[in-house]
Amino acid sequence: MTTAPALDSKQQAAVDAAQVAVQSRGYWTTVGGRIRDDKVTMVCGLVVLLIVFSAVFADLIALADPYKASMLKRLAEIGAPGYPLGADEMGRDMMTRLLYGGRLSLFMGISPIVIAFVIGGTLGLVAGFLGGRVNMAIMRVMDVFYAFPSVLLAVAISGALGAGIGNAIVSLTLVFIPPITRVTESVTTQVRSLDYVEAARASGARSLTIIRVHILSNVLGPVFIYATSLISVSIILASGLSFLGLGTEPPEPEWGLMLNTLRQSIYVNPWVAALPGVMIFFTSLSFNLLSDGLRSAMDVRL
Amino acid sequence: MAAPAVPPVLRAEDVTVRFTGRDATVNAVNGVSFALDPGEVLCILGESGSGKSVTLRALMRLLPARRTELSGRIELAGQDVMAMSHRALADLRGTEVGMIFQEPMVAFDPVYTVGRQITETIIRHEGTSREEARRRAIDLLDRVRIPSPERRLRAYPHELSGGMRQRAMIALALCCNPSLLLADEPTTALDATVQIQILLLLRELQRELGMAVIFVTHDVGVAVEIADRIAVMYGGKFMETGPVREIMRNPRHPYTQGLLSSTVHGSLRGKTLEAIPGSPPDMTRLPPGCAFAPRCRFAEPGCETPPAATQLTPQHMVRCIRAA
Repeated sequence: MTTAPALDSKQQAAVDAAQVAVQSRGYWTTVGGRIRDDKVTMVCGLVVLLIVFSAVFADLIALADPYKASMLKRLAEIGAPGYPLGADEMGRDMMTRLLYGGRLSLFMGISPIVIAFVIGGTLGLVAGFLGGRVNMAIMRVMDVFYAFPSVLLAVAISGALGAGIGNAIVSLTLVFIPPITRVTESVTTQVRSLDYVEAARASGARSLTIIRVHILSNVLGPVFIYATSLISVSIILASGLSFLGLGTEPPEPEWGLMLNTLRQSIYVNPWVAALPGVMIFFTSLSFNLLSDGLRSAMDVRL
Repeated sequence: MAAPAVPPVLRAEDVTVRFTGRDATVNAVNGVSFALDPGEVLCILGESGSGKSVTLRALMRLLPARRTELSGRIELAGQDVMAMSHRALADLRGTEVGMIFQEPMVAFDPVYTVGRQITETIIRHEGTSREEARRRAIDLLDRVRIPSPERRLRAYPHELSGGMRQRAMIALALCCNPSLLLADEPTTALDATVQIQILLLLRELQRELGMAVIFVTHDVGVAVEIADRIAVMYGGKFMETGPVREIMRNPRHPYTQGLLSSTVHGSLRGKTLEAIPGSPPDMTRLPPGCAFAPRCRFAEPGCETPPAATQLTPQHMVRCIRAA
């Protein structure tokens, strides 16, 4: 063992400053640091960013018109001149359609989760905080929805409402409200019985303040993470509805629908036919792994 | 002694708490009456499950309303707590009464900094500016002997040690100068060296601010250290109350005697500690008479009826037929 030399005043000041920096390091700095250390999450985050970016700026990136068909170029090979990813069964540029398709697929995948997060989160908070009969009423209704497998429920509601993007979003929202409500309710019930809620009450906080400040802030994190993990499922379900003809209508580019229309061409040009499926797969996988990474990074207790 | 003209901070009369469950009714507190003068420290001493913490929560009506039957009279700073609306109660909590909890680990919300939680409470009750509240919070942390308070204000609860967190908890309870502090076993979760520091700090602050304190504990040593007056609780009733010296020198209730002889204070090495035989009563089925009778060495047929309170001196009360 070597004896540590005494620190002079400047060194001591530096050490103190470092300690201050460590102690006042905020929550988000910690989370950011953890995500940077996690390679899988970083890659998935980049992939998600890339997909979202390319969907949003599709009209700037795309080389062609997504609706412009050409009899001559039908099912062109990948790498054909002017068609970097080939052409579909109507001779429309695949790359352009995949870029534009991302818009609808992402929109139809994410918006039901956002709406369900707001509605289900509110229901779950109310049920968990009030307990008793209110809880009973809300949770039993959710159980009824739970009784159906999610795919079947989405197809049934969509089928009953008729095809269309709006109806598909409504049906997917209804599918995702029950699980989000259930998770919110169980987290709220847990948080509600913790000492700091009683401590807040003992220091004069009213019920609304307690819900808004202490319960919401502790419930939001876990529920948010859970909701992001549902995005991947939602994207697949949305594509599935379109594939079955219950979502987007034919000329629109959408990955699920494209997969359906290219289905017949799978023996003619399997590579092109598989492309929308590949997009769905990677998007959903990236969202899933990203939410997993966020979950472990945002856990305060680790 | 204080002039008799000073009205008590707190007057509780025949406070009874029942928890109604699906299967059984728990008689947690069965008629507790006492008055507390300004600046007085009352220690409620008793085993686990004797109703100490429930009594404390009942004083602020903190118990879950749906499953609790609360009766009796509680008068706090001249106001009738039982008749108060929720809004008035919320205003009372934190201003007239502060409370500190057993587990400092979980008594702070983990997602906000300690400073934020203290300043929010000050702003909530007194409507001061954020800057003023921050200044007061620094002052409070300084007062509970937390070193470099500006820095600690920015700390999250998990970044503080147990003793530090309990100090911060005390600061939070004191932030609006309450006239009564309720302390629910605040030293139980801390280790021995920190325990005594916290006790001394509480005693000092209590003298400095002249507030009344109700201190709940199961540790006789802690009670002797901090209390002016001790109330020994068993089966949801005060079995014996009196000034600390009186209780220590002349315990009259067999339960108090048992408690005192079962602690290590002043006993000889190698001597077996005397324990009270049996276990605490089942609060769902209390005996009709004296709750302690089934474990009492001196039990006699007369214990079948509830013993009346006997005033040995104006301050010293015992609830036992042998004292009558």
